[in-house]
Amino acid sequence: MKDSVISVKNLVKKFGSFIANDNLNFEVFEGEIFGFLGANGAGKTTTIRILSGLSEPTSGEVIIAGFDAKKQAEKIKRNIGYMCQKFSLYEDLTVKENITLYGGIYGMSRELIRARTNELLDRLRFHEYENRIIADLPLGLRQKLAFSVAILHDPKIVFLDEPTGGVDPITRRQFWEMIYETAARGITVFVTTHYMDEAEYCDRISIMSEGKIVALDTPENLKKQYDVDSIEKVFIKIARPVNN
Amino acid sequence: MNRFLGFVKKEFLHIFRDYRTLFILFGIPAAQILIFGFAVSTDVKNAGVAFLDLSKDETTQKLTDKIISSGFFRRTQNLISYNEIEDVFRKGKTKEVVIFEKDFGKKLLSEGKANISIIADGSEPNTATLVTNYTTAIIADFNREISGIRVNNSGLIQPEVKMFYNPNLQSQHMFVPGVITMILILICALMTSVTITREKEFGTMEVLLVSPLKPIQIILGKVMPYFLLSFVNVILILLLSWLVFGLSVKGSIILLLAESMLYIMLSLSVGILISIVSSSMQQAIFISLVGMMLPTILLSGFIYPIENMPKVYELISLLMPPRYFIIIIKSIMIKGTGFLYVWKETLILLLMTIVFIGISVRKFKVRLE
Amino acid sequence: MQKVIESTAISKKFRETQALKNISFSVNESEIFGFIGPDGAGKTTLFRIITTLLLPDEGEMKILGLDCITGYKELRKNIGYMPGRFSLYPDLSVEENLNFYATVFGTTVKENYDLISDIYSHIEPFRKRLAGKLSGGMKQKLALSCALIHKPKLLVLDEPTTGVDAVSRSEFWTMLAKLRQHNITILVSTPYMDEAMRCDRVALIQNGNILSIDTPQKIREGFSRKLFMVKANEKYKLITALRSYPETLTAYPFGDSVHVTLAGNQVNESLFDYLRQAGLKNVSAVETVAGIEDRFLELMEKEEKV
Repeated sequence: MKDSVISVKNLVKKFGSFIANDNLNFEVFEGEIFGFLGANGAGKTTTIRILSGLSEPTSGEVIIAGFDAKKQAEKIKRNIGYMCQKFSLYEDLTVKENITLYGGIYGMSRELIRARTNELLDRLRFHEYENRIIADLPLGLRQKLAFSVAILHDPKIVFLDEPTGGVDPITRRQFWEMIYETAARGITVFVTTHYMDEAEYCDRISIMSEGKIVALDTPENLKKQYDVDSIEKVFIKIARPVNN
Repeated sequence: MNRFLGFVKKEFLHIFRDYRTLFILFGIPAAQILIFGFAVSTDVKNAGVAFLDLSKDETTQKLTDKIISSGFFRRTQNLISYNEIEDVFRKGKTKEVVIFEKDFGKKLLSEGKANISIIADGSEPNTATLVTNYTTAIIADFNREISGIRVNNSGLIQPEVKMFYNPNLQSQHMFVPGVITMILILICALMTSVTITREKEFGTMEVLLVSPLKPIQIILGKVMPYFLLSFVNVILILLLSWLVFGLSVKGSIILLLAESMLYIMLSLSVGILISIVSSSMQQAIFISLVGMMLPTILLSGFIYPIENMPKVYELISLLMPPRYFIIIIKSIMIKGTGFLYVWKETLILLLMTIVFIGISVRKFKVRLE
Repeated sequence: MQKVIESTAISKKFRETQALKNISFSVNESEIFGFIGPDGAGKTTLFRIITTLLLPDEGEMKILGLDCITGYKELRKNIGYMPGRFSLYPDLSVEENLNFYATVFGTTVKENYDLISDIYSHIEPFRKRLAGKLSGGMKQKLALSCALIHKPKLLVLDEPTTGVDAVSRSEFWTMLAKLRQHNITILVSTPYMDEAMRCDRVALIQNGNILSIDTPQKIREGFSRKLFMVKANEKYKLITALRSYPETLTAYPFGDSVHVTLAGNQVNESLFDYLRQAGLKNVSAVETVAGIEDRFLELMEKEEKV
């Protein structure tokens, strides 16, 4: 059995009388690609904020990369990476400047930043772009770079928010290959998305509805369990919110 | 027509829903007038005055008593020499020094006239003007009293007023016209440009363009609410300055309001122009503030007299609409002059308005590029 | 039958980027026509030309029989447009937004209520709520109601399903299908391949080029080789191994499997042996039916080779 990097027990988050997260229990393991799905307003955002140390749970135990989300939020932040579809990189800075800035934020030494930058540019075959500003790069390249930058400091977990929205099918596959590679290196990948075909790429997925986790299994098992041929159909069967 | 009214209604909904901005729009001018009005009225009740009596005779004693017993002043110190003047101002409590020349009483009797100097602390221009105005009024009154006794009416006491620190003192009367000039540019140019660019940013402009609304309807629909708001604001400022501050419009109110409307139209067309060249609200705000507000304050003659500017700035100020409006509004409000005295400025504003509106309508795109 | 849109060799350039190259297609009355392609493919530019917001550099675009350049005033009365970002006023309520768009187009909500009732009924309980406070799915429904309120002959929807959850998206497509009975032609764009199946006909678009136009079924059938779905216990290893297998033409991850085309057009024991030797377990390989995305990948590769 692999080590658990995210462990959530009886997590409850209330805003006044509104229960955003209603007694969540789940574990995510090292090197796993975990899909976190749910309708708009199901409570996903709240959970992710708690998992990334931005918000405190009302009650329950949340351990991220070995740290308690209630007491050690700062340590958690050092051990996670985050990439969302839109605002990950500064558009008016060059590729290199973005990487250096990011490394600096995570307190990496100058030598380490330089070494990692080269390694990253090699891997993406990006050397010709290193002094270009982000705004001039095609969307697909930006997404790949944003992901690489999010794991520059070798986090235990990387959170991806709808990472491949709007990119072309080839780039998308290259992106998912990068995710597989990252997971193979032992980094846990936590993906949230509205797009169910993206969910099919994950090792396991959970589906949230009205603050509760209503399903958690491998995509294959879920499809079998609900006797349908796609995760989208599973989702529509169980995640239907009350007129949202 | 229905379309247009629907559009205007929507604009009003935007304005009234954003109560913070609305509050600022009406709150700031009101606050400026109020703060100013109250600050002045409390100061003049008990303004500190120091006397440098180089004559020390019966007449100077009488005049000193008259000044102090007026209720507006309070004696802070009796000075012995000129050297003490600056010192007494530095302490801050004294707003004015009254100086009687040597042999004041004797001169008045023998030559029929005598000199008195009034020096005020110009670092507080509004107080300084008020204080010296009050003092000269008291002296004038004193003049009348003694002229009743004496047959010879000419001459008498000649007050000479000087300002310390700020010789080019602006009168408080400048303040109200200045606020009006500034507020109008602020509301009209800034708010109009922001509301149009906001539609661009939200993507709603795309839908409006694809609708059967004509460009002129969109422009007018945007402009109308702000035209009304600005007009209400002008009336509000005038009312407040009259109620609180006692400043009434000396000239024709109708003329003043008509000129204001012209200036509002001009500012609105500037706003539309800004919105056409800027692609985001941020840009529109920046251009309005840096491009309109600062020049208005600095180059229109509102704070710094145009006559004292370097030639280059003076030339630039020729292009500033507020410069002309300040002249117009000052003439009407304070000097009470009629249209004949401001027709040139009015004509310039009118031409500017026509040019700006012309450019706006021409430049407003029916498409996205 | 009259064509609702007839585009002939439309090209459009923005500074250095050629956004559209020689785009020709036609749309029939009452059909749902989809443009499927990634961000930056030119979908939005094309839709803006159709909605008379942009002028083409070259080519001819006829919409409802009118030229998109000279007939723009008349066209604007008959097009319903929902831009990529839902064009709503966040500080106005649901009801106020709808009423506003109705008056702008010279109609009333009452007059065309039957057209939008299906859609609007979902959000009517919240009609006093500010549009900015709605969830993504509700915003989408309101924006659609607003675009429909003047009963347009042509409805142009630019990425209406982006950022909306799967349940709302599925509902949305059902609503579009129902609109067909009102004789409204619908032009819709999406970056999501799976949504192609909900359209009557689709055009696959990439880098300003149309790769293919047909019914979704025909497009899938256009896939030229046999496609195999390969699974094993470790995905990353599987992909790398398949790429190095000499018979492999293409290997792309696809959900929990890898879609592979092989030179011999069939799976034989040597593939299994090869994968097992690479250390993979539970290897399975079955033939599968190509989807729109498989065909898109194939067309993209062809394009790149050219």
